[in-house]
Amino acid sequence: MNKKIRIVIAKPGLDGHDRGAKYIARALKDAGYEVIYTGIRQTPESIVATAIQEDVDFVGLSLLSGAHNELFPRVVDLLNSQNAGDIVVFGGGVIPEEDLAFLKERGIEAIFRPGAPISEVISFIESKTGSTAA
Amino acid sequence: MPDNKELNKKSLWEETTLGKVTSRFPLRDNLVTGSDVETDNIYIPIENFSYDKKLGFPGEYPYTRGVQPTMYRGRFWTMRQYAGFGTAEESNSRYKYLLAQGQTGLSIAFDLPTQIGYDSDDPISAGEVGKVGVAIDSLKDMETLFDGIPLDKVSTSMTINAPAAVLLAMYIIVAEKQGVSKDQIRGTIQNDILKEYIARGTYIFPPAPSMRLINNIFEYCSAEVPKWNTISISGYHIREAGSTAVQEIAFTIADGIEYVKNAIGVGLDVDNFAGRLSFFFNAHNDLLEEIAKYRAARRIWAKVMKEKFSAKKEKSMMMRFHTQTAGSTLTAQQPDNNIVRVAIQTLAAVMGGTQSLHTNSKDEALALPTEDSVRVALRTQQIVAHESGVANIVDPLAGSYYIEQLTDKIEAETWNYINKIEEMGGMVKAIEKGYVQKEIQDSAYRYQKAVEKGDRVVVGVNKFTIEEPAPGGLLRVNPELQKVQEENLTIVRSERDNARVRECLSALSEGASKEDINLMPLIIDSVREYATLGEISNVLREKFGEYRESIVL
Amino acid sequence: MELIKRITRGNTRAIARGISVIENNSDTKEELIDGLYPFTGKAQIIGITGSPGAGKSTIVDRIIQFERNNNKKIAVIAVDPSSPFSGGAILGDRLRMQTHATDPGVFIRSMASRGYLGGISAATSGAIKVFDAAGFDTIIIETIGVGQTEVEVIELADLIILTLVPGMGDEIQAMKAGIMEIADLFLVNKSDIDGADRLKSEIEYMLMLGPENDKAHTPQIKLVSAKNNSGTEELYNTMFKQLTLFKESGLLDKRRKERIKMEIEHIFIDKLKDILNTRLNLKENMGIWIEKVYNREIRPYNFVNKKMENLKKENLL
Repeated sequence: MNKKIRIVIAKPGLDGHDRGAKYIARALKDAGYEVIYTGIRQTPESIVATAIQEDVDFVGLSLLSGAHNELFPRVVDLLNSQNAGDIVVFGGGVIPEEDLAFLKERGIEAIFRPGAPISEVISFIESKTGSTAA
Repeated sequence: MPDNKELNKKSLWEETTLGKVTSRFPLRDNLVTGSDVETDNIYIPIENFSYDKKLGFPGEYPYTRGVQPTMYRGRFWTMRQYAGFGTAEESNSRYKYLLAQGQTGLSIAFDLPTQIGYDSDDPISAGEVGKVGVAIDSLKDMETLFDGIPLDKVSTSMTINAPAAVLLAMYIIVAEKQGVSKDQIRGTIQNDILKEYIARGTYIFPPAPSMRLINNIFEYCSAEVPKWNTISISGYHIREAGSTAVQEIAFTIADGIEYVKNAIGVGLDVDNFAGRLSFFFNAHNDLLEEIAKYRAARRIWAKVMKEKFSAKKEKSMMMRFHTQTAGSTLTAQQPDNNIVRVAIQTLAAVMGGTQSLHTNSKDEALALPTEDSVRVALRTQQIVAHESGVANIVDPLAGSYYIEQLTDKIEAETWNYINKIEEMGGMVKAIEKGYVQKEIQDSAYRYQKAVEKGDRVVVGVNKFTIEEPAPGGLLRVNPELQKVQEENLTIVRSERDNARVRECLSALSEGASKEDINLMPLIIDSVREYATLGEISNVLREKFGEYRESIVL
Repeated sequence: MELIKRITRGNTRAIARGISVIENNSDTKEELIDGLYPFTGKAQIIGITGSPGAGKSTIVDRIIQFERNNNKKIAVIAVDPSSPFSGGAILGDRLRMQTHATDPGVFIRSMASRGYLGGISAATSGAIKVFDAAGFDTIIIETIGVGQTEVEVIELADLIILTLVPGMGDEIQAMKAGIMEIADLFLVNKSDIDGADRLKSEIEYMLMLGPENDKAHTPQIKLVSAKNNSGTEELYNTMFKQLTLFKESGLLDKRRKERIKMEIEHIFIDKLKDILNTRLNLKENMGIWIEKVYNREIRPYNFVNKKMENLKKENLL
């Protein structure tokens, strides 16, 4: 057995600011994870199709446009409806603290806000998988 | 190069006076600029410094000291707050508020569907309508947006790129309906597609047809809308994406070179359009590095225009620029600290000689800015203008050993990049290769790593942190907005003359397939008949195809 | 095995899981592959290789479109390198194919090389079987594209496409011996830039000097610009024309049998390795042996022969 943790990093919606998403992708790679990077302007449908085909353990969503309350839950709902509710969804971007409770309730398991260090993301992943990447 | 005699003295000082101290009290770690440039123990006079060649006088070649002879001793820079959200109606009242507060120009933020040429009822727009700016679907929305704002009195900057021609056409017609003719309106469209491919992401078409649209705008405006700035070549977003100061101006100037080359390539005379080119830079935290950056940028552009493109008119060589404080430096933690950051950045822009300035609001790392925080941001500019005294002096830091050496260094490194990109065959090629994106990403990655390791301190984020309650009172965009826009669209589509719309769109489609047709008049015709932004963009998508991201990390 | 049934019915989640089982070398891997085996052999397998930046993913994106226009189901395996330092990887090839992400007739799977050399990953051959059994008509393998050593794709594909771009004339000289010899179809991408025609004649010249080929295997050269979508339809048609020729001439069968031979050999070698690993407790002993050989205390052949004798004596081999 030689299981690798696989993670989709995606930008839903129309927002083109990909500095954060690319940083996370690269940092997760350096931490030993296999990261599938989809690029910008992804619909929730294409993110979910990607996550399922790639058989990932996590989906990380990055969004700075403020459309997170609409788009993040949609990804979770689609995963659930396609029998892939076991895939863990987390998110990041310009997200007000007052939205965190709502997003959590809708199945986004963690939100990383501006300034959150990558170590927080990694400990979250480790806590969910019970192991480290390498 | 520093003076030899002084250099010897400096070495002696480093060995004796300085060395004695540092052997007991070592220097701090990480004595680098905001862009990671090492700094020296002390800066001393430069050998054979040529005042005339390097600096000259304000309003004279090479414009290092500024493009106007009076600078702010005549009048202050234009204070221009970027704003827009929700419906055209909501944005309209924010603009009126800002004008009443003493703002001197408008700056329109559009939502993402508008920026990418989709109507609000397009499925792809779901969730994004009205979020980062105002939603504009048709001329109708534009009429509402400027209702009661006299377009002969204000200058308007529009952050719009891929569909810039369409929004400009809408503006022209709104003015026309107000009784203001095309040659009276003043303003700027961003219209800088290359940096969209590099850093910002709101592109629609591939490079070739995009460049054609830009040329069409240059040509049309030089004849019909002479007071309009046809492009704002933007380093702002390149810096926000994580570039260094040098990369910011180098890639922006390389973009500028590409636009000029292209326009000349289709037969436009450089002095006919170059005077209407404007630039847009970032103001970051490292005060002195930023000031040197602006000075270097002006000097390089003047040389580019004079030496490379043989521009004759002085105006063609002047780099006029708008500045915005750095959104990426604002922190969600202890947001009040952002007011201080913005004040420092404002000083950088003003001492660097900007023509206009947007100051960010303290809550932008959290959500859209509230009216209160926008007012504080504007007040910051007003305090620097009226109280700090820096606006009374032209290029106040000229002659500083450090500033002049840093200006030279930034210039030299910028030329290295420009030459390298030229060798690759120009900016479009360099972008297609992914070279520019890779350079920026590497800088961004290095910066972020330094922050995470604590080598670079961000106050309130990785040092001096506190437990704080969640901030309240954030501005929310009405979630029903999409429905409102959809309903408005239905009304527009039912009230307009649909046969005329079809005629105009098919004329546009036909024009698009012929290289030598200027599309501006055809777009204006379509807009006048209330063809929507999405309809017009789709006609062009069909003819031009769509650009897709292809570069991976 | 329930998973096998679901894969052969084309269930997306099952296909994805099946590939992971193989990729992670799970205990059920052999059962899965053997269970799928009777359902395989129908798909046409195309390998596409060439340097990074040659436009492989964009070409694949276009091929997908043509296949879909013909109502064919297509799967893509895109291999990217794993970092030798962290073991992690950024898999970004599918970014250029994302317009097909939600098309149920298209399945794109990114794979990290996980230390495997040769431009593919150890699990690529297994993944092909999963797709084949799931009823995909065409399977494309996009290799990492690090250079001329990526000949292993020939062990997997019915047809090999090599993507080249103008401006790498010297590289062609260097490639003579490796990848150039296995390609069935040379694709000169970015034909809109200078030097495309020169590159084409260089390839022609090189092929002329190469070994004689039987008729069905005359390599084709095509000029395309994937970005502008010019020449891509002709490329697509040529691919399948060539495959038909291979089939008719018996070359396809020959290749597939060669592939099976290699696969059997691989399995044997892997199994023998496993046996050696456990019987000789390599994990613990190797370090000791290295020291001894390094210090010239023992000689390599003599040492290994003795160990083998022992195994035979004990009936462990």
